[in-house]
Amino acid sequence: MAAKTVLNYLPRKSVVHQLTGTTKLAFFLLFTFASMITYNTWVLLGLMVVSFVSFKLSRIKIKEVSFMLVFMLVFLLLNDLFIFLFDPNQGTTLYGTRTVLCHLFWRYDITAEQLFYLFNISLKYFVALPVAILFISATDPSEFAASLNSIGVSYKIGYSVAIALRYIPDIQRDYHSISQAQQARGVELGRSEPFFKRLKNSVNILLPLILTSLNRIDVISNAMELRGFGKGSKRTWYVRRPFSRRDFIALALGAALLLVSLAITIKFGRFYNPFV
Amino acid sequence: MKNNNIKTFVAIGIGAALFFVLGRFVAIPSPVPNTNISLQYAVLGLLAAMYGPVAGGLIGFIGHALIDLSWGGIPWWSWVIASAFTGVVVGLFAKKLNLQEGDFNKGKVITYTVSNVIAHLIAWIVVAPVLDIVIYAEPVKKVFAQGAFAAISNIITAVVVGGLLVLAYTKTIAKKGSLDKE
Repeated sequence: MAAKTVLNYLPRKSVVHQLTGTTKLAFFLLFTFASMITYNTWVLLGLMVVSFVSFKLSRIKIKEVSFMLVFMLVFLLLNDLFIFLFDPNQGTTLYGTRTVLCHLFWRYDITAEQLFYLFNISLKYFVALPVAILFISATDPSEFAASLNSIGVSYKIGYSVAIALRYIPDIQRDYHSISQAQQARGVELGRSEPFFKRLKNSVNILLPLILTSLNRIDVISNAMELRGFGKGSKRTWYVRRPFSRRDFIALALGAALLLVSLAITIKFGRFYNPFV
Repeated sequence: MKNNNIKTFVAIGIGAALFFVLGRFVAIPSPVPNTNISLQYAVLGLLAAMYGPVAGGLIGFIGHALIDLSWGGIPWWSWVIASAFTGVVVGLFAKKLNLQEGDFNKGKVITYTVSNVIAHLIAWIVVAPVLDIVIYAEPVKKVFAQGAFAAISNIITAVVVGGLLVLAYTKTIAKKGSLDKE
């Protein structure tokens, strides 16, 4: 329950869920970097196939994650729109040619290059989205700190992340009750108040929240010190699972994808240019 | 010293949780339509000034990455890094501010304001847009317009709300030598 609001974990019996948390985190990072480096349409299409297949394998239904999908689609459309509004010639700058398809008004022409550029940007989202959703929905939050530690992050930072995930619901509840209590006393945060009044009012809510949080920091750190946290340079994890064959296969796949993406970027440049 | 070390890592956890809750669920409308005040940067300013650059940077990084993940996307690394950068810069002034001492005089108000202004200006007008161009090949004009807007709104939040928070917080600490012998 603890971190459900954050990471929306959906337990299931599938190959993807059976992978260790470490594998999923490592694969997620490798895959993200592979899709970040390149703008090559063919590489992106290849990555998209991998991404869709792994989503299929996880047996998570689209319906269950539709809220994230809708949010990302809206974000993507807005981003595309803003790119077009601010610079309708970005495509021309990148690809070096200019093929006007139709003229809109003022400096806004629809060019084939711009459309292709926007298509590539959108493709990038579609490549990364299923893997990101999988990572969030198929990783048990309690395994997350252990996975961070095993890909080389200091276990103390892993613990910070675990504490954050554990206390988000508590702090959310605190915030809710404090803001209701303050609103009952007439502290208003909506549009009816002038802007700087709103800022000042928000302090009335934030301060109690901060003070309880500082108390919490004291209590938790004392408790952890009593249990000898931070004495050793390493620690073991109850939830960490040993690697099996499928973990190695997934990791090898992730590494291979990153290498292919890197190699093609270095050899042929970052963009695939159909216009010359 | 050992205790302080543990405390820093707990503060990172709780701070990131605060950053997440304020950034994800709290929407206080700003004067520009469809945008909200990012209250999380006020809290980031306060906590970075209390616990130093390591805590500030990690609170920004973890908090922002969790927000992006919870929306269901890949973290938008350029902006996550910019958040972390803000925390580090403000945190560098922690020793100078020394908030645990319990006074927030004029000199410290100025230090706090200047540190936040510098941090946010560099983070949103240099770090975030440049990384946007390098990583995502986005148009120059768009990323700088976005960055400038983020810088202004975050500076207002961090300085006004964050400053008031620091002031109120330091008032809760009993000052050294505040007891009189009768």
